[in-house]
Amino acid sequence: MATIHPIPAGDVPALQTEQLSVYYGSNPALRGIDLTVPRNRVVALIGPSGCGKSTLLRCFNRMNELIPEARVEGTVRFNGEDLYGERVDPVNVRRRIGMVFQRPNPFPRSIFDNVAFGPRINGNTTGLAQTVERALRQAALWDEVRDRLNESAYDLSVGQQQRLCIARTLAVRPEIVLMDEPASALDPIATQRIEELIYELKEDYSILIVTHSLQQAARVSDYTAFLYHGELVEYGPTDLIFTNPVEERTEAYVTGRFG
Amino acid sequence: MMGARAARRIRKRRRSGLAFGAVAGIATAFGLLTLALLIGAVVIEGAAAFDLQFLRSFTSRFPERAGVRAGLAGTIWVSAITAASAFPVGVAAAIWLEEYAPDTWWSRLVQTNIQNLAGVPSIVYGVLGLALFVRAMGAGRSVLAGGLTLGLLVLPIIVISSREALRAVPDSLREAAYALGATHGQVVFRQVVPAAFPGILTGTILALARAAGEAAPLILVGAVGFIAFTPTGLGDPFTVLPLQIFDWVRNPQPEYRQLAAAASLVLLIVLFVLNATAILLRNRWELRR
Ligand SMILES: Nc1ncnc2c1ncn2[C@@H]1O[C@H](COP(=O)(O)OP(=O)(O)O)[C@@H](O)[C@H]1O
Ligand SMILES: [Mg+2]
Repeated sequence: MATIHPIPAGDVPALQTEQLSVYYGSNPALRGIDLTVPRNRVVALIGPSGCGKSTLLRCFNRMNELIPEARVEGTVRFNGEDLYGERVDPVNVRRRIGMVFQRPNPFPRSIFDNVAFGPRINGNTTGLAQTVERALRQAALWDEVRDRLNESAYDLSVGQQQRLCIARTLAVRPEIVLMDEPASALDPIATQRIEELIYELKEDYSILIVTHSLQQAARVSDYTAFLYHGELVEYGPTDLIFTNPVEERTEAYVTGRFG
Repeated sequence: MMGARAARRIRKRRRSGLAFGAVAGIATAFGLLTLALLIGAVVIEGAAAFDLQFLRSFTSRFPERAGVRAGLAGTIWVSAITAASAFPVGVAAAIWLEEYAPDTWWSRLVQTNIQNLAGVPSIVYGVLGLALFVRAMGAGRSVLAGGLTLGLLVLPIIVISSREALRAVPDSLREAAYALGATHGQVVFRQVVPAAFPGILTGTILALARAAGEAAPLILVGAVGFIAFTPTGLGDPFTVLPLQIFDWVRNPQPEYRQLAAAASLVLLIVLFVLNATAILLRNRWELRR
């Protein structure tokens, strides 16, 4: 059984799962996950690799549906509404819940076109230049690229590319941002910039971040969920998880005794 | 520390690596040499007959007056019709197969068959073109029938190379677009196809270059070796460079051999221009994005 520490009153749930299970073919990747992500908070998902962190993240923007053999069971709620309801269009879900990937994956286009892609496919092209600027500012990239918006995104450093991908996500004005190990391909300085960014973005967004770095989880998150072998072992305020976990497996993991 | 045995092993590996490099180098040199000899022979033999007059004149019973005008014009006409018919169909088929087709037994059957079609001898396409375009469609022995026949010939090649180009687009790009709320159509047509386009273009132009060198299927659909005018419309008769070459080589008069070499030179230049265009377009496209 999982230990779920109470979430303080005043924190409004944005995302909630109930008995969420995911299978790849007949292999269970997640089993019976009950997790609540509060609004304007950063929630970190930690656990050894292969434990299902990315799979869980992908349940929230219905990206698992793109994998033919993946099957999702249970309920996911977004502001109380069933994300997998019959009349919910996954395209709309992804416009409201954005995602940043592990490896920076800019489009092979100009910096401007990368950020503008989301607004363009949504048909929001009035004030496009301002939208792009705003997103780049939010992603703390504007000062570095303002004079080279028409250059290829591939000319940016990897760290800049990842911030470009964040800007691209923000340009769609999502309510929630999912991040799958967003700094794992970056050097320490670029990582620090991303972490500062997460801290600022918290003002406006709920952020769910997968990380394999415990220090990073401790630095950026308000809540931490520890997954192990497809199960949620313990979930609660980050300082509690790191300093005073209830579950033995959590303690073993956060103290580095395995994983 | 490295033991003596390990050092020996590494020396041995390095030696076998060198040996392999030498063999590969010789093989490459052999290929290049053959090519150089071939082109050299064509240039040496053909250069004497190759001038502006040669490009401007039609074939003739008098070798010193004969030229390649009809063949060059026919090759350009036929290639244009081939491209215009096979490119849209081939690319559309590739997009459907790669991005839309469900993985069922029958789509796999279609895919296997396209692979097989690419290996069918060109003369068979000539027979098909004769039955389909010349007779059934009533296009007659025209440049249209010729172009469409070669269109059929290159269609499987275009489909296969376009599919390869689409498959080479990394999934991370598709994921990125989906995650921004793109629909399947937006992912395919705004990201995947543009990213694959240089590859699609290159594959198409190389297929066209192959078609430009074909003679056999065009003989079947009625292209002729001796013709003294250029097509002015889709229904006109025509000849193409390879047929012109064939026709001249068959001629017993020795002067015609020189003409055939000069015509080969023209054909080589056409192919070279096509390939250069492919590279140019690809580079332009890649700079733009
Ligand atoms: N596309 C897939 N097809 C089949 N199995 C998968 C796929 N993606 C992930 N898995 C499996 O699901 C489990 C969880 O994977 P994942 O969510 O990527 O873990 P994490 O992100 O924590 O490393 C692993 O056992 C993995 O092998
Ligand atoms: Mg992962």
